[in-house]
Amino acid sequence: MEMDLNQIEKAALRKKRTQNIVVYTLLTIWGLMVLFPFYWMVLSSIKSYSAYNSEYVPRFFTTAPTLQNYKDVFTTVPLGGYLLNTVIFTLVTTTVMLLVTVLAAYAFARIDFAGRDTLFMIFLALMMIPNELVIITNFVTITNAGLRNTFTGLILPSVTSVFYIYLLRENFAQVPDELYYAAKVDGTSDFKYLWKVMIPICRPTIITITILKVIECWNSYVWPRLITDDQAYFLVSNGIQEIRENGLGRENIPAMMAAVVVISIPLIVLFLIFHKKIMEGVSRGGTKG
Amino acid sequence: MEQKSMKGWLYLLPALIFLGVFMVYPLADVFVYSIEEGYNSASQTYYGVGGYNFSYVLHDPYFLQAIKNTFLLVVITVPISTGIALLISLGLTSITKFRDFFQTVFFLPYVTNTLAIGLVFMILFKKTPYSDGMVNMLISAVGGSTIDFIDGPYWAKMFVLCFYTIWIVMPFKILILTSALVSVNQDYYNAARVDGTSKSRIFWKITLPMISPSIFYLIITGFIGAFKAYSDVVALFSTDLNAAGMNTIVGYVYDMLYGNSGGYPSYASAAALILFVIVLTITCINMLVRRKHVYI
Repeated sequence: MEMDLNQIEKAALRKKRTQNIVVYTLLTIWGLMVLFPFYWMVLSSIKSYSAYNSEYVPRFFTTAPTLQNYKDVFTTVPLGGYLLNTVIFTLVTTTVMLLVTVLAAYAFARIDFAGRDTLFMIFLALMMIPNELVIITNFVTITNAGLRNTFTGLILPSVTSVFYIYLLRENFAQVPDELYYAAKVDGTSDFKYLWKVMIPICRPTIITITILKVIECWNSYVWPRLITDDQAYFLVSNGIQEIRENGLGRENIPAMMAAVVVISIPLIVLFLIFHKKIMEGVSRGGTKG
Repeated sequence: MEQKSMKGWLYLLPALIFLGVFMVYPLADVFVYSIEEGYNSASQTYYGVGGYNFSYVLHDPYFLQAIKNTFLLVVITVPISTGIALLISLGLTSITKFRDFFQTVFFLPYVTNTLAIGLVFMILFKKTPYSDGMVNMLISAVGGSTIDFIDGPYWAKMFVLCFYTIWIVMPFKILILTSALVSVNQDYYNAARVDGTSKSRIFWKITLPMISPSIFYLIITGFIGAFKAYSDVVALFSTDLNAAGMNTIVGYVYDMLYGNSGGYPSYASAAALILFVIVLTITCINMLVRRKHVYI
């Protein structure tokens, strides 16, 4: 009897081990699939132009790494300018978005006024409107206003996000009413209450929407492409497309890869620092596409 | 009370202005554009009102090609990516060691610039006179014949597009499914184990029903996302998508608006509205199916 039990235990252990091997193999394979393109772009970016082009069969390593390509992308094409534009665009858009969102969310969550609930329903309905429908008129509006190839034109249609207002309102609404009444008794103004109490309490949500917006801004492509055709106002996505089509010469793949690495690094660093927050934020309400 | 109302509207004012100008007005305007026939954006005149724009778009071979490409992309990538994501999430939740590490790595594609990484995929799959490229090297290593995935036959281009799309959408799906799997109440599993239920039965009768809301959420967002595919296609095949025969519906809208064949906001509006109707219909069908099959 004891023998049997031992054997059963052993068999179960063996089964568990086989299962583990299968699972870890599967996960490792997918991990390699995810990481390989990153490895390849870094590898290609440190190969010299002549070395890269002489490899009919690409090699998985390089013996003579060079940083020349990184120099090239900052000197022969205005990658620095693209980066600067994107930083300005991201900072301003995110700041204005936060301002608009916080004020609107506070009004919906805290201030009682006639028509509030109806208005909130309309806001919720707006969440279903796809960008593709409104972008056509926005393009015409911005063009007619003479705002093509300006930061104003880039930023204005990008600042509002109904979804973030909704997300923050839900969070604001969870703050107990007693705090508000106590503050009112003390003679605190609404604005001061919002600034000193609500924002600190709801900081995690605010950080989440900030990060999501920064990612969105850094990667935005469609609107900037429509509204800018002057290189001086290109963001990185359009910059990389420009580099690919006209910039470094079609065959200078190593330099292109250097540009890709430079563009990818800021968000990857941001992700490595905040990966818990980002993943939590995305599972609460991010989508892609 | 009156003062309070004022204050409320004041706080909302910035949001209302932005939404009014860049969302509500355009929404009304897109319908107007779509029925103005022969609209000329230079002189801002049009001949008449009617359904001609829709009929033009629906007869445009480029649009029909875009519809075909988009539908293929949707039908191929949504089931495959959801299936693989489920498999990976099941794997992730069954281990403890390195779980955080794997989760972080798997999420990486989400924070990358679609245009930039698309260029890397293009290089991996492209065949040039100087080099067969990485993927072709693997193909010839296992004895296949090399093929240009970027400028070659249609199915090859479609394959790369689907492959890249799946790679891009996986992080979100894995994240959602993993958190759904983790939040399934352990009592159900313990009860099943006491009864000696087999593993596959546990999966089909407990796990799958419990996470079915998340799966349907992913299918719906996956459909919507894939129908709106655009920048990843540009990343692989460059901006002249009509020439590559790889345009999507959204790409068609933007090409009509701007670019080489641009200057036709009316056609763009009609195409955008057709896309909206397609997405709305599919979402409604999904919702109906969901009502039948989701348990919670």
